[in-house]
Amino acid sequence: MERLPILKIGPMLLVSIQVDLRDDMVIALQEDLAERIVDTGARGVVIDITALDIVDSFTGRMLATVAALSRVLDAETVVVGMRPAVAITLVELGLSLDGIKTALDVERGMRLLSSGGGSGR
Amino acid sequence: MTAQELPIAGDADVVRVRQAVRAAAVAAKLSLVDQTKLVTAASELARNTLTYGGGGSAVIEEVFNGLRKGVKAVFSDKGPGIADLKLALTDGYTSGSGMGLGLSGSRRLVDEFTIETATGDGTTVTVIKWAR
Repeated sequence: MERLPILKIGPMLLVSIQVDLRDDMVIALQEDLAERIVDTGARGVVIDITALDIVDSFTGRMLATVAALSRVLDAETVVVGMRPAVAITLVELGLSLDGIKTALDVERGMRLLSSGGGSGR
Repeated sequence: MTAQELPIAGDADVVRVRQAVRAAAVAAKLSLVDQTKLVTAASELARNTLTYGGGGSAVIEEVFNGLRKGVKAVFSDKGPGIADLKLALTDGYTSGSGMGLGLSGSRRLVDEFTIETATGDGTTVTVIKWAR
């Protein structure tokens, strides 16, 4: 099965989703990220969804799960690059993505993590 | 565009259904937000067909109402059907491992939503999104 590449950049992990997500890839990403956080001792995870033209409840749940499990593993997750149409649709679908930190792009996401924005608002 | 029927038998088919619905929505000149809503609803419904219906098919076609264009998508399976439709359409209710937003959420994303189901006789969900 195709797996999404996870890049290590300093103390952070970066996943940039560039393909149409199948559900099995979504589940694999969740598991791979948990392992990589532990293996690398990463303090932050940036998930770039700029290329995703939709986020449905399955993908939304994965984002929430990754955010929750990274916290348990002493890391913070930031989701970056959500398209406006995707944001509108997510809210109408009923997915609030509570507890997920977001930033407009990868650069701001990384800045948020390295400024320790992880611990506060 | 003539009606296009796609099988739903695995995760890759759900992706193909999304892509076909997107192409139809672009052809019908839906706005970007409406395209996104319809494709998201299609993704939820195709996954339901696979997960709860044990697989089935999607039929996608362009529809007209006077000068208005729209896209209709019909998801059918021959699975166990839905015993309590009212409950299944409630936000947050799930019989599986999902978030319980598949049916109730996708209904909010489209203009027309009909569901036919009978215990032991499968489920058919029809959705339409009109261009504005």
